[in-house]
Amino acid sequence: MLIPLSGSYLKLKPRRECCTLQVPVWAPQTSKYLNRIYMVQSRSFGSSAINIPRNPSFAKLNSDDISYFRSIIGDKNVIEDEDRLSAANVDWMGKYKGSSQLLLLPKSSEEVSKILHYCNSRKLAVVPQGGNTGLVGGSVPVHDEVIINLGLMDKVVSFDKINGILVCEAGCILENLNSFLENEGFIMPLDLGAKGSCQIGGNVSTNAGGLRFIRYGSLHGTVLGLEVVLANGTVLDMLGTLRKNNTGYDLKHLFIGSEGSLGIVTKVSILTPPKLISTNHAFLACQDFISCQKLLLGAKRALGEVLSAFEFMDSHAMDLVLSHLDGVRSPLPASLYNFYVLIETNGSDESYDKTKLEAFLLRSMEEGLILDGVISQDINQSSSFWRIREGISEASVKLGAVYKYDLSLPLNNLYDIVEEMRARLGEAAKVIGYGHLGDGNLHLNIMTSRYDDDVLAQIEPYVYEWTSKHKGSISAEHGLGLMKANEIHYSKSPETVQLMVDMKKLLDPNGILNPYKVLPQSFFN
Amino acid sequence: MKVLVAVKRVVDYAVKIRVKADKSGVETTNVKMSMNPFCEIALEEALRIRESGAASEVVAVSVGPDQCTDTLRTALAMGADRAVHVYAGATPVLPLSVAKILKALVQVEQPGLLILGKQAIDDDCNQTGQMVAGLLRWPQGTFASKVVLDKAKNVATVDREVDGGIETISLDLPAVITTDLRLNQPRYATLPNIMKAKSKVIKKVTPAELNVEIKSDMETIQVTEPPKRKAGVIVSSVDELIDKLKNEARVL
Repeated sequence: MLIPLSGSYLKLKPRRECCTLQVPVWAPQTSKYLNRIYMVQSRSFGSSAINIPRNPSFAKLNSDDISYFRSIIGDKNVIEDEDRLSAANVDWMGKYKGSSQLLLLPKSSEEVSKILHYCNSRKLAVVPQGGNTGLVGGSVPVHDEVIINLGLMDKVVSFDKINGILVCEAGCILENLNSFLENEGFIMPLDLGAKGSCQIGGNVSTNAGGLRFIRYGSLHGTVLGLEVVLANGTVLDMLGTLRKNNTGYDLKHLFIGSEGSLGIVTKVSILTPPKLISTNHAFLACQDFISCQKLLLGAKRALGEVLSAFEFMDSHAMDLVLSHLDGVRSPLPASLYNFYVLIETNGSDESYDKTKLEAFLLRSMEEGLILDGVISQDINQSSSFWRIREGISEASVKLGAVYKYDLSLPLNNLYDIVEEMRARLGEAAKVIGYGHLGDGNLHLNIMTSRYDDDVLAQIEPYVYEWTSKHKGSISAEHGLGLMKANEIHYSKSPETVQLMVDMKKLLDPNGILNPYKVLPQSFFN
Repeated sequence: MKVLVAVKRVVDYAVKIRVKADKSGVETTNVKMSMNPFCEIALEEALRIRESGAASEVVAVSVGPDQCTDTLRTALAMGADRAVHVYAGATPVLPLSVAKILKALVQVEQPGLLILGKQAIDDDCNQTGQMVAGLLRWPQGTFASKVVLDKAKNVATVDREVDGGIETISLDLPAVITTDLRLNQPRYATLPNIMKAKSKVIKKVTPAELNVEIKSDMETIQVTEPPKRKAGVIVSSVDELIDKLKNEARVL
């Protein structure tokens, strides 16, 4: 077990841990792969030694606290059991590990309110937690913060079948919401590889992007209302179900993407698009990145309103997936092409969409933009395309350690950073690039057999500086969490950050909500 | 040698089926339809046989309404040389009638091999292949998990998946083979082949032109969903368990 030295959370030099952790791992596919328990070796995360001392103003848990929690939410939902705690203390990648002694499972907004009111008065730090699938260490404790997991709040409150407005509790799993909506003829406006485990409250709190972003846009657009519990226990009811409501400052936007640092989202009201019956998928091979770019521009014009996903991956990512995942085969087995593109269309007329897609692809092939490609003939084949794209994340942890970077970059330069890192790291690491090309969002994954200080020093801050220089974002959709809390200045101006700090201090004066994350520590010491 | 492959258009196997409110059948409007998975495997096997040089032409055939041509286009896009669409009206045609139609087509096309999927996933009949073999008096290798052709001896060696294991039989050609899941993994339809498929021929015929009379001697009275699974119950003591086993489940 990693035991933090008194007062400090030391990110130690790499050493093999002697214990293995059972971590419930989300698997990036639909129902077949849900909730497989996965053995992960606990490794301490090597880094240039950043020392995050435990904030001494936070109280330490005592038995009175535990009795009080038991009295509000019941014995069954106050967890001190070591096994369950160890799972809740570690993030999905096995990269960040806290040392919380207490996991709480409230069943209602009232219970969350009482918990926070108490924690605020006692100055007990807390971590709001949902599906724990975040990739920047934002969903697990840094020290001994109390974990408040919303998993039991998983009810659908209401569904307006005419307008497609869904109101549900924050602990609803995204895939379950999708299944519920599909029965009614609707779908969630977002979709991501973690859908089998991630919860809508977490999606909203991190402003998750995902695979349908190109079609349905950001949660800032699709979320109509929120119910949020503030640090002092106040239940803020902004749970509107209206499309248009220009009455005052639209505060829900503050909480969308605030990663649990301004309040805990307990209910979500979201606009869901109708389920359109015709879906088509194409898996294509391109010679170089420029072809991918031109293909994207062409797709936006030729496919227009039916385009619903445009993803790309390089040959290294394809190779990774084919080597490390079971039951996966390349749709284009003839050779390993340099780049692959996955296009999805979603419309209301099967033959019309298919004709459009075929015409566009055949034209692109004649123009030399596509070397080869396949169009799926049934749902099974479509799923197999997505299995490859969504499986990259799952496959990336199999080599040992993975450094993930989620960057927004101008289309022209998007792949350059991948090639630069590959040259920079050479034999020391495997570098792959893939992502939501349609949104200008690159996922850069650098994999080694173990987390290593030296490798990290080669990566950071180079990647951030490079991104900043090209006016990109150091975190397109993953958020800042713990990983990039001190790097916010690469993408936001000092005045903006100062105002964020002021807001944080206004809404959470004791700083108990998800401390040490999102904003630079220097503002809070 | 020519290989004739029969394919069927069915509800896509990944779709969640729903029964129509009037219980007359399964909901098929606005539902994704695709080629029957076993038919895909059959077509893939035929294409491999042609690629190995043992056959010169793969002909796909489908019996059904106008939309069948979509399925035949898929077959052509996968690599079939030409297709035949037997238009038999909008109502589904039952296995015996399909078998009679296939027999008539075989007599026209004279293939050395007729390959079908072992069953369709909408009716699960598992009858057409066996019936047409009987009507033609041809040998049959059903539930094939491996097919090896010996062109010189005009013989097909077929591994069949049976309850007791794998049975290997030898069939003199011409013969009927029905395919099982483990025979092969069907290929995807590539863009170059999709392009070529646009110029391939789909010939439309009617059962009358083949001198086949379709008569249905089966009437579907009602289609209902299976009873919903009841949730499990967590009991709090051994006594309660015994009580439930005795009085509710009635197994003690």
